[in-house]
Amino acid sequence: MTLVAGVVAVQGDVSEHADAIRRAAAAHDEDAEVREIRTPGVVPECDVLLLPGGESTTISRHLATDGIDAEIREHVAAGKPLLATCAGLIVASTDAKDDRVTTLDVLDVTVDRNAFGRQVDSFEAPLDVDGLDDPFPAVFIRAPVIDEVGAAVEVLASWEGRPVAVRQGPVVATSFHPELTPDPRLHDLAFFESVLA
Amino acid sequence: MSEATDIEDLKRGTDLVKRGFAKMQKGGVIMDVVTRDQARIAEDCGAVAVMSLEAVPADIRKRGGVARMADPALLEEIIDEVSIPVMGKARIGHTTEAQILEATGADMVDESEVLTTADERYHIDKREFTAPFVCGARNLGEALRRIDEGAAMIRTKGEAGTGDVNQAVTHQRNIQRAIRQLSGMAYEERDEWARKNEAPRDLVHETAERGRLPVVNFAAGGIATPADAALMMQLGCDGIFVGSGIFGAEDPEAMGTAVVEAVNNYDDPEALKEIAKDIGRGMKGQANETMPEEEKLQGRGV
Repeated sequence: MTLVAGVVAVQGDVSEHADAIRRAAAAHDEDAEVREIRTPGVVPECDVLLLPGGESTTISRHLATDGIDAEIREHVAAGKPLLATCAGLIVASTDAKDDRVTTLDVLDVTVDRNAFGRQVDSFEAPLDVDGLDDPFPAVFIRAPVIDEVGAAVEVLASWEGRPVAVRQGPVVATSFHPELTPDPRLHDLAFFESVLA
Repeated sequence: MSEATDIEDLKRGTDLVKRGFAKMQKGGVIMDVVTRDQARIAEDCGAVAVMSLEAVPADIRKRGGVARMADPALLEEIIDEVSIPVMGKARIGHTTEAQILEATGADMVDESEVLTTADERYHIDKREFTAPFVCGARNLGEALRRIDEGAAMIRTKGEAGTGDVNQAVTHQRNIQRAIRQLSGMAYEERDEWARKNEAPRDLVHETAERGRLPVVNFAAGGIATPADAALMMQLGCDGIFVGSGIFGAEDPEAMGTAVVEAVNNYDDPEALKEIAKDIGRGMKGQANETMPEEEKLQGRGV
C-alpha cells in the first residue's frame, strides 16, 4: 500500500520531514508518497499529515489565510494521524498564550513558546519516551514546552517535569525534532504502531 | 510518564543543533531592521527572523566610514520586542564582536562583508561558538571554506545595498553549477577540484554526493521585490534575506508582506501576479554594472 503523506510546506524543515516519513515507511515495507501542502485541496487526499518545525507565527498566518487550517481540523476529526513537531506543536495546540499565533485547536494543550530561552540554550539529549525501550535522541531548538494538558491528552515524555511529547487520539506532538535524526521510532509511534496497525 | 534520562548527556552548540536552527528558517524571509518599531513591522509581515543592525546596507554605502557591529542595547530592545529569532552582524574576523552578540542573546551571528573587515587574513573560528553563524559566499569554494570554519548557514553575498539582484543570481548560479559539475566527476577529479578551489576535500565529496550544500543556503544581497525573492527561490535557494529592500521601499508593510508571500508561492505565477500588485515603489537602488569595482562589498573575506 502507498501511504499518502502530506507535509505542511508553508515554512520550516519540510524536506527533513519528507525524508523522515519516507524512511519510516520504508522500514515498514511501505512507500510514502509525499505531497507538499501549500494550497487548499491537498489535505483531503492525505492519509497522514506532518506539521513541521519553523516559526509558528509565520506558519499559522499562512494556514489561516489560505483556509488550510479548516482542512487540517477535518483530517483530525476524521481520526486520521498527524505528527506535529516544535512550531507544529504550537500551531496544533489550543492555546499558545500569544495572539501572534493562530492555533488549530486540534490538541488540547497550553504551550509556552521558546520556553528554553534563546538559540544558545538549544540542546540535544537522550530522552525517555513511553512505549520506547531505549532513550530517543531528542533535538530541542528554541523549543516550546507544554504547560497544561487536557483530560484526553496522554503525556509520552517530559523534560524537567514538563511535557515535551504528547498524544491525543490521532495526534502526536513533540517539542523536539524527530525528523532531524535518522531514528524513526517517533514516526512509528505516530503512524505505524497505533492508528494504522 | 517518563523523565529525562540523564541531564549530564545534554549537549549545546553541536553541529546538529546549529544546523537544525538554520533548517527551521527555510522557506522564510529574514529582514534587516534598525529599530524596535521596524522589528515589530517585520514580525507582523511574517518574517521568520530579523537581522538587527545600525544602518541598512544602502545607508552604510552612503555614509561611508567604518561599519561596525550595532550597539548591543539595540539587539536587546529588539529581542524584547519580537518572539521570532533575532540575528546580529559582526565584522569578518572580529571574534570579539561575535562574542558580544552571542552574550547579548543573538540567535545567529552573520559574519558579514557589509561591515568593514576586521581581519584581512582569517575569518572567525565559528566552531568555538554555541551560537550558529551565517556567512556569505560568491562560489562553492568560498561556501565550503566557511562551512569548514563552522558556518551553519550559507547565503549568497550578492551586492548588498544596491537593490540589484544580479550579483545574488550570479553567486547562486556559481554555486549550483559547481555542485552539478562535481556530482558528475570521478573521485580523483573531485580531489583535484578541491585542491584547485582551496576547498576542504571532505566537504567537496559530501556536497557532490548530496547534490547540495551540507547546510542551508539562503539568498542575500540586492533582493528588492517579491519577484526578486521568487527568482532566488526558483534558482534553488532555501530562503531569503532582505536588507534595504523592505524599509527602503515606499510602503514597507506592503513590501514586507508581499516578499513573504512571494517566497511561499515562488513557483506560482498567477499568485505572484496578485502579490506584486499595488505594493508601492521598491527601493531606488543602484545598478551593479555602473558601480566602480572598488565600491563593491562582495570581494571582502574570500
